[in-house]
Amino acid sequence: MEIVKKTPAKLGTHDLCPGCGHGIVIRLIEEVIEELGQENNQIVIAGVGCVCTATPAMRFDRFQAAHGRAAATAEGVKRVRPDVLVFAYQGDGDAYTIGIAESLNAAYRNENITQFVINNVNFGMTGGQMSWTTLPGQKTMTSVSGRNAELTGLPFHFPEMVAGSKGFHVAYAARGAVIDAKTINQTKRMIRSALEAQLNGEGFSVVEILSPCPTNWHMSPKQCREQITGPIIAEYPLGEFKTRD
Amino acid sequence: MAKELLKGNVAVAEAALRGGCDFFAGYPITPSTETLEYLSHRMPELGMETRFVQSENEIAAMNMVMGAASAGARALTASSGPGISLKAEGMSYAAHYAIPYVVLNVQRWGTGLGSLKSGQADYYRDCKGGGHGDYHNVVFAPNSIQEMVDDIYEAWDIAEKYRVGVTIFSEAVLGQMMEGVEMPPFKKREGDLDWGIDGTGSKGMKYPGGDGQEYIDFELSKYERIIPEMQRWEQYRTEDADYVFVAFGLPSRVCVDAVDKLRGSGEKVGLFRPKILWPFPHKGFEELYRMNPHVKGFISVEMNDMGQMVDDVALGAKRAGYCVPTYCYPCGGGVPRVKMVLAKYNEIITGELKEMY
Repeated sequence: MEIVKKTPAKLGTHDLCPGCGHGIVIRLIEEVIEELGQENNQIVIAGVGCVCTATPAMRFDRFQAAHGRAAATAEGVKRVRPDVLVFAYQGDGDAYTIGIAESLNAAYRNENITQFVINNVNFGMTGGQMSWTTLPGQKTMTSVSGRNAELTGLPFHFPEMVAGSKGFHVAYAARGAVIDAKTINQTKRMIRSALEAQLNGEGFSVVEILSPCPTNWHMSPKQCREQITGPIIAEYPLGEFKTRD
Repeated sequence: MAKELLKGNVAVAEAALRGGCDFFAGYPITPSTETLEYLSHRMPELGMETRFVQSENEIAAMNMVMGAASAGARALTASSGPGISLKAEGMSYAAHYAIPYVVLNVQRWGTGLGSLKSGQADYYRDCKGGGHGDYHNVVFAPNSIQEMVDDIYEAWDIAEKYRVGVTIFSEAVLGQMMEGVEMPPFKKREGDLDWGIDGTGSKGMKYPGGDGQEYIDFELSKYERIIPEMQRWEQYRTEDADYVFVAFGLPSRVCVDAVDKLRGSGEKVGLFRPKILWPFPHKGFEELYRMNPHVKGFISVEMNDMGQMVDDVALGAKRAGYCVPTYCYPCGGGVPRVKMVLAKYNEIITGELKEMY
């Protein structure tokens, strides 16, 4: 039988948990980058957390940033290498909790970089603690009775914030998921839009991807899928919040 | 070339550009801000508008510097004590990845927010690593604006040669005062770096990752080269001195006057000035010992409250072969006056002030 779809050349292997969404996202990013002919013109700035386990799958120029600082490091790289595709690859804890300043400020300045944020509504690598994206009432290792939103804040919506707040003028902001063929294909189109925006010099682009975390949610892959299609998407709707001009 | 009258913070910024600096990220903080201000308009003049970033904070600035340097730039950040504390995380990461960069610390006095008085409060932090883990930056300690210009002009050559961070240890008064300086010509890096990220994946960061012996050997061999090769000091009237002041930066200029005054009244004193603080100039102490093994005591003069360099002075004396007391005059914030140094010297020879080591 003829192989019609090959694995992107720059993909390696990772050590992520079974059922995790990271692997699908990395595959999608590299498929798009290869389709754009940029496989030898890409730099990933990797976040800290489960991303450290995911990034061995990225066999190209890679910089392991400090926890939360990937957007700032990406900015430094991009300013020096404006013709190279530079993207930050982070989790929600990295990009939105400890890295809230760096992420928001890169978006605020409309830096011509792309940020991919894998949102699994918890700190995965450290064993499932509450993140700013954790749902109200969600049980984690640091919210054992369920997240108390009054005391700890409401779920954090980065794409909506940078797309809709006065003073921000980003190029592209979207949220996808990787739970079935439909959402995977939709997410791939979002990744493509984000990277094309950067290649065209349009400014900051971000794609957040809702991703299952069977290990820390203590759920089977099937239950994870239901968790995302149910309460998580109810809180975090999929779609494009800022489309390219 | 004719000398120009320039403010320290401006001169060091212009000299950085002449030394090949082509990326800057920083955040305002007194007394270093003129460096940021000057580069904000000077870099666009040189066609580098996008290579200047006024960042959201010091943490981001240092991480931008890391990214830029990894992508091949000669990157600079500048701040003062509290701001450098924020950069310390990034400085540790940069050390781990062996990223060369330059950081200017226009030191002020104090712990926490401290104050805007000139100071040398950051010796411990900046000369002993600063962030977490095992590493050192090469730390230049100029005592004039011209020397600061010359140091930063050389800084990236040193940083790239060893793949190490370089700290320029300025002081509030050194940054704010004006002196005549001769600016060197513009230069660029000689040759290409054999490492770095450019998108092609052809070079990479080229440092041994992991936590094994390979990484440790890589680090140790770097510092084993730096320590003997970066010994820089200056001696003044130490050849027959009974007591030797040890000072860096502006207090060293005060001590020159103190030495002359004391010599005028028959006291045999001299000055030892480290020009680079890390690696500490142990070779200089050995040279002094060969020349004059009869020194009766060392006096560390520092602009901080508890004495910090004094530890290294005592160690330097001991390693060189001296078995004499080491005293300390930590004068607090602000450049000490000559008469204050003279008074302290008097306390020492009368036995009023006890040695620290």
